[in-house]
Amino acid sequence: MGSITQDVEANGERKDFFNISIATRDVYGETLAELGALNKDIVVLDADLSSSTKTKKFSRLFPDRFFNIGISEQDMICTASGLSLTGKIPFASTFAIFATGRAWEQVRQTVCYSNLNVKIVATHGGLTVGEDGASHQSLEDLALMRVLPNMTVIVPADGFETKQVIEEIVNYVGPVYVRLGRAKVPPVMPESYRFKIGKAYIFNVGLDVNIIASGIMVSMALNAAQELRTQGVDVGVVNMSTIKPLDTEALLMVAQKSKFIITAEEHSVIGGLGGAVSEFLSEVYPIKIKKVGVNDSFGLSGKPDELLEFFGLTNKRIVDMILKELS
Amino acid sequence: MVDFFQSRDINFLKEKARQVRVAILKMLTEAGSGHTGGSLSSADIVTALYFYKMRHKPNEPQWEQRDRFILSKGHAAPLLYAVLALSGYFDVELLKTLRKLHSPLQGHPSSKLLKGVEVSTGSLGQGLSIANGIALGLRLSKIKARVYCLLGDGEIQEGQVWEAAMTASHYSIDNLCAIVDLNDLQIDGRCSDVMKIDPVAKKWEAFGWHVFQINGHDLEEIVETLDSAEKIKVKPSVIIAKTVKGKGVSIFEDKVEYHGITPTLKELEIALKELGENG
Repeated sequence: MGSITQDVEANGERKDFFNISIATRDVYGETLAELGALNKDIVVLDADLSSSTKTKKFSRLFPDRFFNIGISEQDMICTASGLSLTGKIPFASTFAIFATGRAWEQVRQTVCYSNLNVKIVATHGGLTVGEDGASHQSLEDLALMRVLPNMTVIVPADGFETKQVIEEIVNYVGPVYVRLGRAKVPPVMPESYRFKIGKAYIFNVGLDVNIIASGIMVSMALNAAQELRTQGVDVGVVNMSTIKPLDTEALLMVAQKSKFIITAEEHSVIGGLGGAVSEFLSEVYPIKIKKVGVNDSFGLSGKPDELLEFFGLTNKRIVDMILKELS
Repeated sequence: MVDFFQSRDINFLKEKARQVRVAILKMLTEAGSGHTGGSLSSADIVTALYFYKMRHKPNEPQWEQRDRFILSKGHAAPLLYAVLALSGYFDVELLKTLRKLHSPLQGHPSSKLLKGVEVSTGSLGQGLSIANGIALGLRLSKIKARVYCLLGDGEIQEGQVWEAAMTASHYSIDNLCAIVDLNDLQIDGRCSDVMKIDPVAKKWEAFGWHVFQINGHDLEEIVETLDSAEKIKVKPSVIIAKTVKGKGVSIFEDKVEYHGITPTLKELEIALKELGENG
């Protein structure tokens, strides 16, 4: 418990954010500023939240390529679309619920239907927004984005992966939604890791159970797995950072090896990672799937760790669920 | 560089507008569904854009220097298809496939399926924001091209239009010209009855736009205004074009019921006769 806010000592020399505890939004801000110098086609839009989404650094370095659209997310998404039509690579940022909820129809009609090269990188996904409460905690964004044709949906697990995701999507042509968080996350990905869209990372394969996790829940899954191993449970962990397109090959492989599957995400249990995994496996390899996530409810105000504890997004919940299934 | 068409000959433009109306009526009758009134009301304006004002190359739709046209009122798709076909983007025979399965001529324009369509539209209120983005992108790339965006008057009830109006003004987007087709009718009735939009000109002025008010069927005035709008610097310009829904066919003119229905064969015959088209 408490791993979310636990700070691992930063390695000040490295710029790839390997092995440091950092909020993914901070990595976004730094990476975007770095990429802005390398690629003049990158333009950034924000809806009056650039201090929070961390696009502010880019705005200071490249004021001509930064457009604050004000508190008008719908306009921002379509303006980004227009910029993409002239060959620019627009990154549009705001909080996850506003990017995907307030502007959903703009994302559908303009970005996805015309298959435009717009990168929607939203911060403040999930419960770890904390004190701002339910209005600002997005627990539905993955479902809302995943249902859209042409859309790619990515949830990085740590700083090291976030940097690679942002770099990778610059080179990918088409709509992308990236969900980032407000709170610090501990490092989980190994130094040899290289992100590829649609490719899951298998930490290890378990013969009893495999946990398919995304975002902050990857760290929880790894902690849970460690504890379970001391109790003799053979448990595997997969970081499914691309929610769409789902790495069905990796998923099928680990499913075929396990007795059941656990999904873990900082999102509603409806329509997100758990939904995607269930939809796929129910057709090709029916197996029991238990979901760790928020059970069809809104969030609350509180500290991130308190909220995760209250809503059951913890190592312990994963451990208990697995032990119960095995008993 | 040779620009396409660019004829300022009013008689030529009148003849083109007539051909555009004929094409619209024929394709809508064939399709059996679609939006007649709003396609006809904007016909003179869009004819002036495609056959006079805009620099574009039908044989090179992605020409980087081209002026862009965004049909924010996407339901006037038949009008867009008519000007594209008559300009030479595709064979006029294709117009007969409007709204049919696997036709690139979707009920509302799809940029994925049809060359010459800059972006898919149909859900109202999004086009002006897109036009802003294109205009900003062109400005960043130092491309001199202009962006034209056609909105319906009912459409400006959408809140996003005013978000975009603020953005265009805030960023001094002067390579953009919005045109509002003020035909005073929307599906449920007169705009003033459904949801009052007046005072339209004052609203745009208050949002920081240079406003032109014209008769949207007077090609001389349309052409002159499009030229004047290009000279407006530092602020965006909007042309509020007073029009008549269903213009050009007296049985359809100013009739709310012809917003979303198509002519019968009998009505087509009457309409074509009125437009001086034989057969």
